[in-house]
Amino acid sequence: MKIAVFVKLVPDSAATFTVDNGQPNWGDAPLVINPWDEYAVEAALALTEEHGGEVVAVSLGGENAKEALKHALAMGSSEAVLVSDDALAGLDAAGAARVMAAVVQKIGDVDLAVFGKSSIDSDHGMSSAMVARVLGWPSLSLVAAVQSAGDTITVERSMEEGRQVVESPLPATMSVVKDFGEPRYPSFMGIRKASKAEIPLWSLSDLGIEVPTAAVTRSEIMAPPKREVTNEIIKGGSPEEIAATLADKIIAEGVL
Amino acid sequence: MAGNVVVFIDQFKGEAQPASWEALSVGRKLADENGGSLAALVFGQGVEGLAQTAIHYGADQALLADDASLADYRAEAYADLVAKLAQEHEAEIILFSTTTRGRELAGMAAIDLNSGVLVDVIELTRAGDKLAATRPIYAGKLLAKVEGGAKPQIATLRVRAFGKPELDESRSGEIVTVEAGPEAPTKVTGYVDAEGSVSLGDAGIIVSGGRGTSNNSDLEPPADITDENEQEIWRAQQGFALIGDLAEVLGGAVGASRAAVDAGYVPYAHQVGQTGKVVAPDLYIACGISGAIQHLAGMRTSKVIVAINKDPDAPIFKLARFGVVGDLYDIVPALTAAFKEKLDK
Ligand SMILES: Cc1cc2nc3c(=O)[nH]c(=O)nc-3n(C[C@H](O)[C@H](O)[C@H](O)COP(=O)(O)OP(=O)(O)OC[C@H]3O[C@@H](n4cnc5c(N)ncnc54)[C@H](O)[C@@H]3O)c2cc1C
Ligand SMILES: Nc1ncnc2c1ncn2[C@@H]1O[C@H](COP(=O)(O)O)[C@@H](O)[C@H]1O
Repeated sequence: MKIAVFVKLVPDSAATFTVDNGQPNWGDAPLVINPWDEYAVEAALALTEEHGGEVVAVSLGGENAKEALKHALAMGSSEAVLVSDDALAGLDAAGAARVMAAVVQKIGDVDLAVFGKSSIDSDHGMSSAMVARVLGWPSLSLVAAVQSAGDTITVERSMEEGRQVVESPLPATMSVVKDFGEPRYPSFMGIRKASKAEIPLWSLSDLGIEVPTAAVTRSEIMAPPKREVTNEIIKGGSPEEIAATLADKIIAEGVL
Repeated sequence: MAGNVVVFIDQFKGEAQPASWEALSVGRKLADENGGSLAALVFGQGVEGLAQTAIHYGADQALLADDASLADYRAEAYADLVAKLAQEHEAEIILFSTTTRGRELAGMAAIDLNSGVLVDVIELTRAGDKLAATRPIYAGKLLAKVEGGAKPQIATLRVRAFGKPELDESRSGEIVTVEAGPEAPTKVTGYVDAEGSVSLGDAGIIVSGGRGTSNNSDLEPPADITDENEQEIWRAQQGFALIGDLAEVLGGAVGASRAAVDAGYVPYAHQVGQTGKVVAPDLYIACGISGAIQHLAGMRTSKVIVAINKDPDAPIFKLARFGVVGDLYDIVPALTAAFKEKLDK
């Protein structure tokens, strides 16, 4: 199987944010591989370990997005590609998906394009479905387990109501959720290999596509309204007395 | 006609996600503002009742594709229909709820119809002939204003962000039967309810447990559990049983921190936070949860937050309307008993 796995560089999940000149500022929090994409890489590696093949990690972003690719290489991916172009900055999710689809085509002979559940920065959670549609492939979203893979693939998709078992022809796209299993840590050898890897850089013209026009534009970023909460610590007396007071106060808030 | 709005009604086995009705009432407003009509898209098998309900919630028309091939949700079959009907109906706006299916179909519709998506919005208004929306980014740590340009404009609405719609059983409208599309390439072969279903997203009340649930050294695990991890899990599960009792009295759902999930106390489906579910219930009771930023990101917009924690300096108290500094093993069962009495259950 030839698998393309998409990994994004994002501010660490522990970051706090301010708005600086209309731009998000995460202070000195590090940029890391999108946590969901580690599960995607894990799934890609597990599949190729079982069925043979190779994993190509792909990221769209600036030079620093190589860090996300190096993480994917250190985990065991065979190759990596960075797609970098000034035009990427203005893209919306659909535009980015068109670029990702073009990458899949340029890599060639891809059986499965694997995505994280969503990016923790933009939180769209749509790339996998969108890329599927651009390529005309089936979309397997929110995959929690792969039951079997060969000429077709059978997966368990997680939905609000439980898991749905779906059999699909290949090629297809899939997004991976946490239930898939803990992502492996980069190995020492993997880290060494990743630090030496030459990562090719593709521009939009290398991909042979025009710059997609954005259908959605962002006009402003702001801090969420401050939460005005009056803290009230309930104390005094036995647990029963505290509980009775607390229950009354919750009832008085009118939320039950 | 200008201003036509279509809304996808998300259902599973004939049961609609309540958020679909929220989307329908937002659609009603947008359609009225521009003199357009509002159509509900109802796909499935044996779902004619939902088409009728959609009319009661404000749709002028329900476009009903009722067919065995649509009994199970399959992205391709559903997406083909969405695109086709939106075009036939000259939809200017297509709305979905931000459910698992809504997200996927909205993304597909954006590609099929050469547009984009305003994703997971919490506010939506018309600004001239554009839609203007507010949406959380960075897990709600910031908000972004976004605008749609291309037609049709597509948005997914955050569950519970737009208030409860009104049901009017006297409303009448037209149910239009439409054909299912071509056969989809995928096959649904069954369902696994590995973890049962946890419907945190649309819960009005959530009681959550964290690592603190395992901190009860008085409880002696059964003698046949000798492994230390297993003993810890057993202890925590006693705590989660108490949390479950409280949730039940309140008619709410059970949530958890990632620490509780990672340690194996409860399945991932319960996880609240940046890498779990983002929730906004009216009442959120956090028991034995410290309030790490990734947890807060998932529940900070809850209306009333209550924290029960042994440590008075736990960050969760900063967000809490009410706090109790104490042991959840004392407070939670006492609270359950108090509500039982006061709510007359
Ligand atoms: C990439 C990434 C993503 C993450 N995503 C999430 C996420 O989605 N959701 C999430 O929750 N976390 C997430 N985390 C983890 C987060 O950083 C915290 O580690 C986690 O939330 C802590 O869980 P906790 O509060 O249960 O445990 P702790 O921080 O250990 O807190 C336990 C609390 O219980 C209290 N306590 C102990 N015993 C009792 C008792 N008997 N009665 C009452 N109180 C007691 C203690 O005082 C303490 O405050 C993420 C982390 C990373 C790195
Ligand atoms: N700039 C990017 N570079 C690489 N992968 C991306 C990028 N943006 C999105 N993805 C992939 O698409 C998934 C879903 O992202 P999103 O739809 O943006 O929430 C992510 O988990 C990644 O796998």
